[in-house]
Amino acid sequence: MEGIWMTAAFYLLAAIILGSALLVVLLKNIVHSVLWLAVCFVAMAGLFLTLDADFLAAVQVLVYAGAVCIMVVFGIMLIQRGDMGSTNLFNNQTKAAAGVVALVLAVCGYLAATTPWASPAAAVPENTVESIAEIMLSKYVIPFEVAAILLLVALVGAIFLAKEVKADARND
Amino acid sequence: MGENIFTGIAAGLRTYLAGAGVPPLASEFIVMVVKLLAVIIFVSLNVVWLVYMERKVAAYIQCRIGPNRVGPKGLLQTVADVVKLLAKEIIIPRRVDKIVYLAAPVLVFVPPMMAFAVIPWGEGMAPIDLNIGVFYVLAVASLSTIIFWMGGWSSNNKYSLVGGMRVVAQMVSYELPLVLSLLGVIMLTGTLSITEIVNAQRGTWFIFAQPLAFLIYFIAGVSEVNRTPFDLVEGESEIIAGPYTEYSGMGYAMYMLAEYGSMMVISCMCTIMFLGGWLAPFGWTFLPSWFWFFIKVYAMIFIFMWIRWTYPRIRVDQLMGFGWKVLVPLSLANIFVTGVGMYIYRAIGW
Repeated sequence: MEGIWMTAAFYLLAAIILGSALLVVLLKNIVHSVLWLAVCFVAMAGLFLTLDADFLAAVQVLVYAGAVCIMVVFGIMLIQRGDMGSTNLFNNQTKAAAGVVALVLAVCGYLAATTPWASPAAAVPENTVESIAEIMLSKYVIPFEVAAILLLVALVGAIFLAKEVKADARND
Repeated sequence: MGENIFTGIAAGLRTYLAGAGVPPLASEFIVMVVKLLAVIIFVSLNVVWLVYMERKVAAYIQCRIGPNRVGPKGLLQTVADVVKLLAKEIIIPRRVDKIVYLAAPVLVFVPPMMAFAVIPWGEGMAPIDLNIGVFYVLAVASLSTIIFWMGGWSSNNKYSLVGGMRVVAQMVSYELPLVLSLLGVIMLTGTLSITEIVNAQRGTWFIFAQPLAFLIYFIAGVSEVNRTPFDLVEGESEIIAGPYTEYSGMGYAMYMLAEYGSMMVISCMCTIMFLGGWLAPFGWTFLPSWFWFFIKVYAMIFIFMWIRWTYPRIRVDQLMGFGWKVLVPLSLANIFVTGVGMYIYRAIGW
């Protein structure tokens, strides 16, 4: 009973993800692309839920739908044009795109076919947050800290750029 | 007395369905639907009377009487207002982005409604008891920003656009202290489950253990729901009504009702994280747990309204400076002090 519902949910979510991702690429107006990107991210969170990864689903919503889309929105607002009708123009390179997509699909297909997919025998643990935290702060502590430092550097860089502009304005 | 009214109704419904020969999975599903519908209906009706409460509070603060004509003590005033707004024409200006323009007021109610799914209204009365409840509420609430911006951008009006931009900047800036202030409580309890956080406050409410976090959370919460003194988003004297400028009738009303819905979410979270949730103070258990929860939530809502009618609006640069230069460092310091304090407590063996 539950298996049927999960399969149905998977195909429904997969269709939403693929459809919205296509719209992100194909729409001419970049604002509509961002909104479909948010739909795509939320549907991805749904996919995590079908895998019993509720913490990852919440992270997906918070970080991607809630923050990454907002960053794109900031970008749009800062380069506002009179007519937003044709702002997403990087989608007319069909031939080059087809080649790259075919290559990516081939690599993914090959890897998917050769990977021995072992489904774990034990049930998914109820509470995944603790185990994620433990792995992050023990086995993967160096990548975790490097990512943190990278973000810090980006933050300092942004503050520096903002300060610089202000100093120039005062000199004029 | 009355403690088990709601849990009793759920249990009774379960026994009835089991007696009627409904399979357990289907009966659980029906009970869940009934629970969520009850919450949705309660919240939607409640926001209507929150508007009434706002007008009454405003009136008494300004030495007036407030609405007192429709119904006893004016209690049906906002019902009449909602009926009027439902009947009004929804005007769609010529050059708006039609679908986004109409979708925004519909979607704006979704994030607060989703957050209510995990709020425990009393002991054992959370519709869904997630073990990452706090994180879920934060994640869902972060979706509102883009929906306000949808309304502001699609209206194709300069006031709406400025308002939409202010929404994005303000809500993103204040989300950071909002989340960081809750970390102190989560460090003390070591859990993200709302039920466990409330149960951990049986000894002391966290407002006494984390007073700074409570203040930061409350201030950032006022800003997240765009209320005075942080209501630059709809600063009437500058940008008419911000993102809502072009909306009429029920479209406008949906934004207003969503604001009260979000205010209720923030009040509920304040109650759960800092004021002991459904726990009775001083062991006064003669009132049921859900009654205590509502007393605390409405007290928080009253403070929201009190602040709105007492303080003037601040400037945009003051808003940003206060958020990034005061609230964020303070909330980081709070996390640091909490961590060090926990180790000192453990070292001296309390």
